Amino acid sequence: MLPGTHGRNFPNLPTIGRMVARQTRQLIRVRERGRWGALLPSLFLLVAASIVGGCANPDEERRAVAQVRPPQTQPWAPVTNQPPHEEDGQWTMPAKNHASTRFSGLSEIHTENARTLRLAWTFSTGVVRGHEAAPIVAGSTMFIVTPYPNIVYALDLREPGVPVKWKYEPKPAAAAQGVACCDVVNRGGVYDQGRFYFNTLDGHSVALDAETGAEIWKVKLGDINKGETITMAPLVINGKVLVGNSGGEMGVRGWLTALRIEDGSTAWRAYSTGPDADCLIGADFKPFYEQDRGKDLGVSSWPPEAWKTGGGTVWGWISYDPETNLVFYGTANPGPWNPDQRPGDNKWTCGIFARDADTGQARWFYQFSPHDLFDWDGVNEQILTELEIGGQRRKVLIRPERNGYVYVMDRTTGEVLSATAFVHNTTTRGVDLKTGKLVHVEEKSTGSGKLIRDICPAAPGAKDWNPSAFSPRTGILYIPHNNLCMDHEGYETSYIAGTPFVGATVKMYAGPGGMRGTFTAWDPIQARPIWKLDEDLPLWSGALVTAGDVVFYGTMDGWFKAVDARTGAALWRFKTGSGIVGQPVTYRGPDGRQYVAILSGVGGWAGAVVAGDLDVRDASAALGFVNAVRDLPQKTTKGGMLYVFALP
Amino acid sequence: MSSRFLEAVFEASVAASLAAAMLIAGDAGAQAAPPLRVCADPNNLPFSNQQQEGFENRIAELVAGELGTTVEYTWWAQRRGFIRNTLGEERCDMVLGVPAGLEMVTTTRPYYRSTYVFVTRADMAPPPASLDDQRLRTLRIGVQMIGDDGTNTPPAHALARRGIITNVSGYLVYGDYSLPSPAAAIIEAVARGDIDIALAWGPMAAYFAARQKPALTVAPIAPERGEQALPFIFEIAMGVRKADAELRDALQAVLDRRRSDIDAILREYGVPRSDAGVRPVATFTPHRRGAS
Repeated sequence: MLPGTHGRNFPNLPTIGRMVARQTRQLIRVRERGRWGALLPSLFLLVAASIVGGCANPDEERRAVAQVRPPQTQPWAPVTNQPPHEEDGQWTMPAKNHASTRFSGLSEIHTENARTLRLAWTFSTGVVRGHEAAPIVAGSTMFIVTPYPNIVYALDLREPGVPVKWKYEPKPAAAAQGVACCDVVNRGGVYDQGRFYFNTLDGHSVALDAETGAEIWKVKLGDINKGETITMAPLVINGKVLVGNSGGEMGVRGWLTALRIEDGSTAWRAYSTGPDADCLIGADFKPFYEQDRGKDLGVSSWPPEAWKTGGGTVWGWISYDPETNLVFYGTANPGPWNPDQRPGDNKWTCGIFARDADTGQARWFYQFSPHDLFDWDGVNEQILTELEIGGQRRKVLIRPERNGYVYVMDRTTGEVLSATAFVHNTTTRGVDLKTGKLVHVEEKSTGSGKLIRDICPAAPGAKDWNPSAFSPRTGILYIPHNNLCMDHEGYETSYIAGTPFVGATVKMYAGPGGMRGTFTAWDPIQARPIWKLDEDLPLWSGALVTAGDVVFYGTMDGWFKAVDARTGAALWRFKTGSGIVGQPVTYRGPDGRQYVAILSGVGGWAGAVVAGDLDVRDASAALGFVNAVRDLPQKTTKGGMLYVFALP
Repeated sequence: MSSRFLEAVFEASVAASLAAAMLIAGDAGAQAAPPLRVCADPNNLPFSNQQQEGFENRIAELVAGELGTTVEYTWWAQRRGFIRNTLGEERCDMVLGVPAGLEMVTTTRPYYRSTYVFVTRADMAPPPASLDDQRLRTLRIGVQMIGDDGTNTPPAHALARRGIITNVSGYLVYGDYSLPSPAAAIIEAVARGDIDIALAWGPMAAYFAARQKPALTVAPIAPERGEQALPFIFEIAMGVRKADAELRDALQAVLDRRRSDIDAILREYGVPRSDAGVRPVATFTPHRRGAS
């Protein structure tokens, strides 16, 4: 929160100094690199005078400010299917492009006029659970997928008031609600060549005619009777729809499935645990690190049979590199055994696969959190770009990971080029770049009977599913994330399916500094933050960055914010009706103007305390989260509304 | 806060009196008491199912009868979020069987206490008495799994602590919900010989053990001792919303009055009791209603 600022619009630019002064609690570190050079001295003085935490070295601060990088020598280049100069103004998939940059080349809205942004129109979804989806825009139509019951709305952007063009109701099985672990969310759909693709909570994948909403095919991929649900947004590549499952807590075995766009039939399915044949691991599999080489590690890194219900679900993000024809995606945590019941690395959970898009055959794998102890699903987004590292231009992928490190990896080989902590981290000491191994702090290992305090990051990780954005203009990764720690401090009785048991009492709370969320601008080459904004509540919304050098994100108490991509300075904010856990997007409307859209509607794991009235996930974890967001019900209420903004 | 249930009783009786006063003929007056609104799992024998064949169904009938009304069910799988989606969303006013003292509800005094048990084929004699029986290092063992972010059933944890891992298979408590009695899989696995011994929650284990041919042997798992001891015995009570102390007290009164009948139902279903089966299992003072 900005102390003392209540207006929606900030004053004009000459008063930016005052603005920064009001922001001092938020602004931890600023490095000036762009067109605000004239403001630099005052900005720097203000910031330097008000440094809080995380900035122990004043020399570094000065150095940082002195190093203004000339824009013509950009040591980065994005790999996208829509280069900025060819911006088509659409937003056809949640990540904007296959490289997952969430960067739009639109620049009508920029740092100097963003303060005048106005509400253009709104749309109520009629659903009040956590709205995590990105609105999708193709041509003159916007598509929205709601949380369960997963209604799809097509809105006609040409007409005044943006009326509903069609509505599709998949009517998913009500029982799926009881199976979903963490609110009944959906992370959005994809438009591709006249069709709209999305998944339903009860395990179906659906293709619709984008013009009429007519169902082209609907296939059942998961079985809710066995605990399998789908919450992720699919990715469409080369005539295939990629879909992964959820439900690791229920003993589900994770998979990624490629469906043929013609009829939804399965082209290939790659499991995350089990024999190599099931995991589509064959002759092409060349992992960079030794621990990932060997036969049937998806079996031998588990106790006998445990891989059959081993989790490693695929509920997060997928990227695609057309040059190498590789898809990249992460696998969730191992389940449902406790760590001490599943000795071994538990492959291939909590890691990232690179696979051939046509055959599904694995090319490499890297495990972020072998033998996961903390529920650190490895499903976060991976941004594909090129970076100059050690004097060499490398084809990389960047992963801000749940375990608290930003990984920069060579995406052709799976080599970790750097892995740098971006949050306070008490559980691990770092990543050994020689071996690729995460180095644990032994005394923080959870296990039955152990009472452990000060576990940072907490179970939702340094950063959960909510995706970051990468600007090819600034070379900065914009990461919305948490600052949460937890204690495993005792046991309490619980029950499920008629069976009583004792669950660990997990209490989450704000990490160092006392603020529960952080928005970090991260330089992936220097592997350090450029600036940080502290947020009162955990950040559960995605990020968007534009060619106007404006970054957008939302907070769980409903503020939708625009900040300067280079400095983090606040430009504008608007209070929406409910907390924001969605993904902002921007597009060029049929009238030629640039719009910014966000779904408001609190929920998800972090927001279940509001969306579900009270949170009672039957053991520790969400009760633990409730502890961290006890005040949320006082700060926001349920809702489900699309907000769209434009310049006057 | 007044009980929604009692409010409904009040509203219904007002409606009934009005109907009587207006001399409307027929049997409107016979429906005076509102139904007892119960949330239960539609497919979780021996506790409950939609055909109302479980012991919780039977006890619900008994309680409703004692309150002069009938049971109205909302069926909801007992998964994560069960209480939130049922009592929390006011789909119903009570659930039949929760551990006493469950934090998210207010509970009656426990009406039975049961234990985790060993289930073996009759040819294994005698069955192990405790988890320290050396045979557990080599037998093929099945345990129930919860899978809820690092939590499983207490005997499963206790085995892992003893380093008993590679000979242990897991059976999720949820089972395959498309089958009748999804929880039975672990017990059927013993009968079939897939595993030698199952460590499972008593009421479920005993019910399905008795239905195998030949019947399986059920024996309580001896409690652990020491600082890190995990409980294998749990007390089960009825749960209502935290604000519904009046309903909780009304249910308690029924439990007290009909204790022997409830015990008979539990006996009929073969629920292994860790209490004597008749005496009160805990001292507990229900909250008094406020002066207002």
